[in-house]
Amino acid sequence: MDLTLEPSEQAFRDELRAWLEMNNPGPGPEGPDQQFEFRREWQHKLQEQRFAGLSWPPEFGGRGATLMEQAIFGEEITRARAPMPANVLGLVMGGPVVIAHGNAEQKARFLEPILNASEIWCQGFSEPDAGSDLASLKTRAVKVDGGWKVTGQKVWTSLAQYAKWMMLLARTDPDAPKHNGLSYMILDMKQPGVQVRPLRQITGESEFNEVFIEDAFVPDENLIGEVGQGWSVGITTLMFERAGIALASAMTIKQELGELATLIRERGMDADSVIRQRFGALVVHAETMRLNSYRGLSQAIRTGIPGPEGSMAKIQWADINQGLTELAMDVKGADAPLADPVWGYRLLRARANSIEGGTSEIQRNILAERVLGLPKLR
Amino acid sequence: MRFDLSDEQKAIQSAARDFLGTRYDIRKVRELAETGNYDVSIWGEIADLGWTGLAIADEFGGQGLGMVELAVVLEEFGYALAPSPFLSNAAAGLLLQRAGSAAQKQRWLPAMASGKATATLGVLDGKGRALVPDAGIASVIILVDGQAARLVEGPVDKSTRVETLDLTRHYYPVEGEDGELLEGDVSGGMDLAEVALAAELVGVSQRAMEMAVEYAKVRTQFGRPIGAYQAVSHRCSTMLLETESARSATLYAAWAADSHPEAAPMAASVAKVAAADAGWHVTASALQVHGGIGFTWEHDLHLLLKRAKVDGHIFGSVSAHRERVAELSGLPSLVPEGVQGL
Repeated sequence: MDLTLEPSEQAFRDELRAWLEMNNPGPGPEGPDQQFEFRREWQHKLQEQRFAGLSWPPEFGGRGATLMEQAIFGEEITRARAPMPANVLGLVMGGPVVIAHGNAEQKARFLEPILNASEIWCQGFSEPDAGSDLASLKTRAVKVDGGWKVTGQKVWTSLAQYAKWMMLLARTDPDAPKHNGLSYMILDMKQPGVQVRPLRQITGESEFNEVFIEDAFVPDENLIGEVGQGWSVGITTLMFERAGIALASAMTIKQELGELATLIRERGMDADSVIRQRFGALVVHAETMRLNSYRGLSQAIRTGIPGPEGSMAKIQWADINQGLTELAMDVKGADAPLADPVWGYRLLRARANSIEGGTSEIQRNILAERVLGLPKLR
Repeated sequence: MRFDLSDEQKAIQSAARDFLGTRYDIRKVRELAETGNYDVSIWGEIADLGWTGLAIADEFGGQGLGMVELAVVLEEFGYALAPSPFLSNAAAGLLLQRAGSAAQKQRWLPAMASGKATATLGVLDGKGRALVPDAGIASVIILVDGQAARLVEGPVDKSTRVETLDLTRHYYPVEGEDGELLEGDVSGGMDLAEVALAAELVGVSQRAMEMAVEYAKVRTQFGRPIGAYQAVSHRCSTMLLETESARSATLYAAWAADSHPEAAPMAASVAKVAAADAGWHVTASALQVHGGIGFTWEHDLHLLLKRAKVDGHIFGSVSAHRERVAELSGLPSLVPEGVQGL
């Protein structure tokens, strides 16, 4: 047991913290489009310091950061309440996939525009009939001369309205067992066969889209990895992002608990022992989530592979966010029903936390099957 | 950063698992529980292994190891469900070492390190009484009252032993207003005692979870192992989550006690709450997974369930620790100025 940072990690954190203090652009303008352009500018600043594409090897414009440095980055950018870069999906998923599985031409074509946010990426995995059972997805890619004709529908696609490229999982062999019939390809969003419609959430806003794909064309050179390998290409990279994200999420929760403590005081509820007990229980839960995340990170650093333990922090994150916003509503008492851009919004938004990125039920399946070795029902 | 045991710590863990697993085979645990005994000969072996002095400083004849090493051993005592005064003696040693005077430490710690004497500890309730584990054999009893603690001579008369839910540990009601004060950092010492208790609870949770998972793999209903049903497997996943959370919190609190003192008070309270909650939730959930057989006296699960329940109610209360966590996280103190809390 030794939870102190190495001198190099300490130096990285200090450098980053100092830089963020000088350069944090703040919350930015209202309105989704204005906000997106603001974050594109922010990404340019991050890129100048090689803080965009942090994990990417230096030859592709990254910093070659260790897992620990990535986690520190997530924690610090959250601590500073600085915005996330615009092309976040390209940076944490698309780029690493191209680096790990792409050929030299693909690396030359796709990586630089991800880093400088001139080409935005979105992810086309989930479908209306393929949520938790992602590998059953139905979007078809049929071989044609020089490429693939793609038809299908994707959903929960964030950034699709800004995206030039979609990381697409499509079925190239309908006769193969379901995980083996998928291929990973990069779809040009700016073509007539691709239509993007915003999806309105229970919060009233639209963070996500539906994407309708009809006879869209993907040239052969945009296939990543081999035909039929799409599942392993797409899924392996997801796990590597968990460690860093878990610590950033733990930091966000810590900040929101601080805001909740302020709300409790402002509302004169700080002598209410029921409220205090519930608050204390949430802090305990949040602290164990943070510590579980550090333990998972430590293991990933030593073994090189993030374990299924990341599923624990994901379950906890959703539970804590939901409990935290429910407590805030009780603290607000008679004002709780009023529309409120902070706690009312968060209460609703938190309902998605136990669904997005793999439901809490799927995470429990992963723990049961892969950690505890319990039999599969399927 | 290494949030994991070092190779030396893993060696201690594996030695403890082997030793306690053979000495406290579950049949032996049941026999001791049902006859109301500890096994004095095993205590002698534990002392010979140096574990009684594990976290006691070299100058008092101990091994001078840290809280992490002690937590590792205590988790194994919990896992074995060993009927033994090891926890009470270790917790009292931690408190004495942190809060005792030089003379008090010189008088008691060497005998405790060698295993020749034992000490124990109890927290007084509002009526000046404490339910104290192992007070019938302890040479000295520490009674804690808020920020104050006193040394009371032991042992108490063995006939005063009271029946508790936990058959594997012996409890005695002790009253007392007299005795030598411990003039040092009682609060810091109690934090160490709570971490020790949390470590035992992690071991109890781990054992119950393993029993439930094994049973869910072999028990068949409707033509399948019950662990294939999500109603059961998700229950097991939640046990894993709570056990690992308690373990993370306990290891962190132990490390903070050794190496990062400014985080130690909060970490100790978090560990106590997480481990006490996990202990009960996991053992109760394991009973549910076992179904009817888990409710029988002949099954061993109830021994774990009862240990977990009673452990969750000794030393500081869980609600007091939750309250302390709330106060350390931005809520104003409820205690009027000049009066010390917990």
